[in-house]
Amino acid sequence: MDINQQHRFRKYGLKLAHFLALFIAMSIICLPGLWVVLNSFRPTVEIMAKPPVWIPEKLSLDHYRAMFGAVGEGGVPVVRYFMNSLVISITSTVIAILIGIAGGYAFARYRFRGKSAIFVGFMVTRAVPGVALSLPLFIVFAKVGIIDTHFGLILAYVAMNVPFSIWLIDGFFRQVPRELAEAAEIDGCTRWQAFWKVEFPVAKAGIASAAIFAFLTSWNEYALASQLTRSVFSKTMPVGLLDFTSEFTINWGGMCALAVLMIIPALILTFIVQKHLISGLTFGGIKG
Amino acid sequence: MTRLFRRLPPWLALLLPAIVILLVVVLVPLLLSLYSSFTPYRLTRPETLYKWIGEYNYVKVATDANFWWAFGRTVFLLTVALNLEMLLGLGLALLVNKVTWGQRGLRTIMMFPMMFSPILVGFQFKFIFNDNVGLVNNALQSLGITDQAIAWLVDGKLAMFAIIFAEVWMSTSVFAILILAGLFAIPRDPLEAAKVDGCTPWQSFRHISLPFLMPFIYIAMAIRSLDVARAYDIVQIMTNGGPARRTELLWTLIGRTGYVDAKMGLANAMGYISIFLAIFFTVYFFRKLNASRAALGYNA
Repeated sequence: MDINQQHRFRKYGLKLAHFLALFIAMSIICLPGLWVVLNSFRPTVEIMAKPPVWIPEKLSLDHYRAMFGAVGEGGVPVVRYFMNSLVISITSTVIAILIGIAGGYAFARYRFRGKSAIFVGFMVTRAVPGVALSLPLFIVFAKVGIIDTHFGLILAYVAMNVPFSIWLIDGFFRQVPRELAEAAEIDGCTRWQAFWKVEFPVAKAGIASAAIFAFLTSWNEYALASQLTRSVFSKTMPVGLLDFTSEFTINWGGMCALAVLMIIPALILTFIVQKHLISGLTFGGIKG
Repeated sequence: MTRLFRRLPPWLALLLPAIVILLVVVLVPLLLSLYSSFTPYRLTRPETLYKWIGEYNYVKVATDANFWWAFGRTVFLLTVALNLEMLLGLGLALLVNKVTWGQRGLRTIMMFPMMFSPILVGFQFKFIFNDNVGLVNNALQSLGITDQAIAWLVDGKLAMFAIIFAEVWMSTSVFAILILAGLFAIPRDPLEAAKVDGCTPWQSFRHISLPFLMPFIYIAMAIRSLDVARAYDIVQIMTNGGPARRTELLWTLIGRTGYVDAKMGLANAMGYISIFLAIFFTVYFFRKLNASRAALGYNA
């Protein structure tokens, strides 16, 4: 074998190995999720079958029908949970982002003493594990009487999302050149006008992605919600998932259907923001 | 009121809402829990909140073998999971970076696990590692590798493996995405110069690409360490600390002590120790991030 051919073989070999490695990695990433989706369409008999049925014989919408009709095992009020999740996540996101814009702008545009200390202080509040925070919050909320209300959970989620929103939005405002706002002010704008007419529109896309990130955090949160909610009136979907479990058995099919319902909004939103999210995280971090 | 507001420096006025909400929802409750960690507070008996017992709870926690096992296990889980995620994320990013066609689609697939709620990941893998109807056992049996069901979540060691698997599955993409962004940002010139000067691919990766990637890796570490406690949801669902406390982590132990045993004072004492652990990780990675930034010449 001459040296030319040897090189060619090596080249193809490397290409094949690369392709195989990529294929295996992507399968591991996709399979668990796809399996959940697939099982949400399969009747319970087939999920439990021994030996396993690999190729589904018939697909049905039974689990979805049971879920929305609130019939069948336990009668899980999924629509209610969905609305709770939606109301709580959207409200808390809007408030957190407004606070985040104010805070991020302050960090990006003003110089003041103790700036980095305050910044680290904010970040540290985010590092408090949800379960450790849930104990005192539970006591306080019970005393004030806002356990099992939308308001209580919204309050908790706003506090949870503010530090990270500030970090992201701070990075986006830094990307807007200072000269832009200064030029507007020379032309006779007030600082407020300069912000709304010049700086905000430029950073808008980034802020939107910070908002979606905050939304997803609230949408997916479990540790706090499981302690601060008690009844159908305020339970969110992650807590609702537990309704499908009972002492000894789990209704896997129903749970998969609810899981799909939870993932769809998250999936759509993540697709929209992926580009801005990456640039926001890296820019804020690298040139911070 | 408005006059007072006007007189504040603008930066403070802008930061005030954030400071207020964090004070009310995070700091005040934490001070309360600091206080209650010095009392024998039980949820069922409110009057116990006013009895001062000094450092009794802390002594009790410090001498509790179960607590130290949970502590050690948490540190073990974090170390193994973060390192594995970093290595796998780096590998995945390098693989995807080499792709010339359809890279955008691959990137989107890569972000897939990030959209899953941690509790959903917990249930998903509880289902997949289920000894009776789980995907893993079904596959192993169909392939004839084993003829009896492996009780993944019942055996202590296997359960820990399953939890780490779930954790890594969920969070590797955070590393992969950020490292990929770093790979795009590497300047081409030094790499080409190295090639001309006869560096092997390994050498140019080790001495040129990797230093450029370090800040990105530390950003990912910092972000991950901010929400390490997400593992609580996974463990809670998959094993709830069992079998026989073999997968008990700090967070599941705290949750059980506080809510199931209703010993709030004791749980808060443990909570404080876990908070310091989390803050230690966060501050450590933020400092590393600053150091690696400084090494590259960005002004911190």
